[in-house]
Amino acid sequence: MNRVSSVAFRVAVAAMILCSGMSRIQAQTPAPAPSAQVPAKAPEAQENPFAPQPAPPLPPGMTGSDVNDPRFKLTPGMYDAGEASMGMKHLLLLKKPDAFQLGATDPDDPKVAKTLGLLGMGGASKMPKELQIVIAQLAFANSDLAFQGNHLFQGNFYGVNIYDISNPAQAALLTSLVCPGGQGDVSVYKNLLFMSVEMPNGRLDCGAQGFPPEPPPPAGHEKERRLPVAQKDRFRGVRIFDISDIKNPKQVAAVQTCRGSHTHTLVVDPNDKDNVYIYVSGASFVRQAEELAGCSNEAPDKDPNTALFRIDVIKVPVAAPQDAKVVSSPRVFIDPRTGVLNSLSNGGSHDKDEMKPADTNHCHDITVYSAIGLAAGACSGNGILLDIKDPVHPKRVDAVNDPNYSYWHSASFSNDGTKVVFTDEWGGGLGARCRPNDPNKWGADAIFHLKDDKLTFASYYKLPAAQSDTENCVAHNGSLIPVPGRDIEAQAWYQGGVSIMDFTDAAHPFEIAYFDRGPIDPKMLVLGGDWSAYWYNGNIYASEIARGLDIFELTPSKFLTQNEIDAAKTVRVSELNVQNQQKIEWPAQLVVAKAYVDQLERSQALPAKQIADLRAAIKGAETSHMSKSKMAKLSGMATSLEASAATAKSPADSKRLQALADILKNPIA
Amino acid sequence: MLCGMLLAAAAAVFLASSTRAQQVDSAPAPVVVQPGAPGKPSRTLPPSTKGTLPPRSQADVEFMQGMIMHHSQAVEMTALITSHTENKDLRSLGARISSSQSDEIKFMQRWLAARGEPGSMEMAGMSDMDKSDHSSAPMAMALMPGMLTPEQMDALRKAKGTEFDRLFLIGMIQHHNGALIMVKDLFDNAGAGQDADLFDFATDADNTQRAEIKIMQTMLEKKPLEEKR
Repeated sequence: MNRVSSVAFRVAVAAMILCSGMSRIQAQTPAPAPSAQVPAKAPEAQENPFAPQPAPPLPPGMTGSDVNDPRFKLTPGMYDAGEASMGMKHLLLLKKPDAFQLGATDPDDPKVAKTLGLLGMGGASKMPKELQIVIAQLAFANSDLAFQGNHLFQGNFYGVNIYDISNPAQAALLTSLVCPGGQGDVSVYKNLLFMSVEMPNGRLDCGAQGFPPEPPPPAGHEKERRLPVAQKDRFRGVRIFDISDIKNPKQVAAVQTCRGSHTHTLVVDPNDKDNVYIYVSGASFVRQAEELAGCSNEAPDKDPNTALFRIDVIKVPVAAPQDAKVVSSPRVFIDPRTGVLNSLSNGGSHDKDEMKPADTNHCHDITVYSAIGLAAGACSGNGILLDIKDPVHPKRVDAVNDPNYSYWHSASFSNDGTKVVFTDEWGGGLGARCRPNDPNKWGADAIFHLKDDKLTFASYYKLPAAQSDTENCVAHNGSLIPVPGRDIEAQAWYQGGVSIMDFTDAAHPFEIAYFDRGPIDPKMLVLGGDWSAYWYNGNIYASEIARGLDIFELTPSKFLTQNEIDAAKTVRVSELNVQNQQKIEWPAQLVVAKAYVDQLERSQALPAKQIADLRAAIKGAETSHMSKSKMAKLSGMATSLEASAATAKSPADSKRLQALADILKNPIA
Repeated sequence: MLCGMLLAAAAAVFLASSTRAQQVDSAPAPVVVQPGAPGKPSRTLPPSTKGTLPPRSQADVEFMQGMIMHHSQAVEMTALITSHTENKDLRSLGARISSSQSDEIKFMQRWLAARGEPGSMEMAGMSDMDKSDHSSAPMAMALMPGMLTPEQMDALRKAKGTEFDRLFLIGMIQHHNGALIMVKDLFDNAGAGQDADLFDFATDADNTQRAEIKIMQTMLEKKPLEEKR
């Protein structure tokens, strides 16, 4: 999520305020009858700041999303919203733990009872404290996910929750780690857990108390500007926890940065076993030099050491994480010829309602793919490509912008490194941007070809289903699903739910599965929905901002066979930090071969007879427990497949045929 | 009716908390841990621990109230554009500023309403006096950095064509720079800007106004202002 100007508030409870507010207005005006609250008639209803704003008309030549999709009109509700799904099954929702919700929500609590009693009675000029649950939504929002072994780490603006997912259908909370500061972006490496902090309430000691407001100025001095007060206990940057004891994590380091850490990216240098690196994307204000020495928010022509126009690199000695520190602040927007630090710009945005920075001065998120020595940076006004072979000194090798893009938010590579999927977080994630009148090129994925370190635009992909005007919805975080032979991404779209997209053909991406709920609230936009949706070792996990943690499994459909799902499940990783992308390798198992055969049938790359023969031969090998004769038969089929690969009508089929031949020559059980 | 529905939704939120316990029946009880500062031990908190918010400071409330007033002047200035200039670039810029500032005013009104705070400072001190004229509250307006003086506003109203363009750009740059000061003042205050929504908003407002200043400076440097498109 990033900053936003437009927005949305908050829950049911804001509603209550609205109600008490109306009552107050009624008390001040010549008493209208209760029926005057019907919005269409009451003049104050037009002033209701909580009412969603209608989408402007579609710009000429643009098309919106599908209003006939079953996802468009799902019934609202926090925990009982209507649901629609295709090709995936919802296994479990683990609600956000109490420690991560504002207190006093127990209906038996006398304070809450009192509050409920107040409702509709009017006269309350201040909102009762209990009702602050509504306004605390972003403060307790769930954010990104990381995985290790049987543990799932769910970031939150208030800390991290750690779940045991050894049995995904019965996942359970292990540890709630309270440590506020937003956004709580998380990564995990061996015994170390990393966490981003950017907000001014972040404290070195993980305290939830923030910092006390300055006392009011003495009488007669109200208009004097007081000196800034630096706080030595404030923390904005990247925290490092030792999670050797998963039920008792300890903070071992807290690396301060000038702009804090909106997101961060774990970087593992294949040539350096002793250290890992963290790329820090800081997107918010630069703090005072009095609080952290050397921080400057001057323009680059005034101060070449400005904290703007850079990322920060933290080096973490794995054996001594307490010594972690910033070792470089690469100027990734520099013009290498002139030395100008702010050489990139957005080049114009589609969104007439907002103006974007002329200068790209920060990255929002960076995905590194060390296996190919590259990183893709989603950097507010631009998508950039970095050479990271020297991870401490990343160098920009390409940059793109796009007339339909508003805010470059995140990126992921295809497994073979020939494509990059960028996302546009138009409206910042808190706005409804999937309404019928919102163009399907805005707030969408943009798929680029990547060749010889150059990015070339191929197509857009946006959630195909229209969403209501009380559902925050725009492209957000996703990960690859390791189906061999295809490029498939699971992706979160906030209250648009989870959408699974095939982008094997970069020019023609299409949806193959989805899950969606109705809006949290039908009358006002209440922040919620999926922040991230990631595949991890056989299941899809989605971090739901307001509701909790959702766990899914894929189910076969005309777009995806059981063999393809089973083949994806053969890929097991011990850790998953999605922005530290790892090369997927498939074992030479027959189930992987069967997935390829299904794909070749679907694309009609082979005659039906040959498909049937392949299936029979594979089945024969399986039922004979890989007997020599059956294996020989399989191996014998490889040659003709390789010949077909050379003449296949699409590159995807050619690769599938070759990969299938390779397995058949030497399969493992 | 509206209130009834909202109340039902609110009750659902409250009641939902009571169903949560059943999920951990078979698993060992989760722990709530609060780490200490780096190198310090962690504390185990009671299972009944609930979330708390950092304090909201009066500076937060006044920032929002002040910014509403501040933004209102920008909307007032942009409203002059159609009758005062034919410059298409300026008209386009004005439309965008007006739209984004109106949108942000709405956000700030929501933020204040949700917290039971009045929408403006002068209203805070008033009881049931007539508040319909708050758009011209000169005393409070003078408090906001960068806002145009009544004399500047008069000059802007009287100017036409390229002179209007020039005064508008100079005035709006001054106005926007004031907003940057307001954001800086907010975050320079030890206990302010800790509300997550306020933080998001102020950060975004800062980014947006910086961008607009840059664009306006570029326009101002082109003399006379050229008309494109």
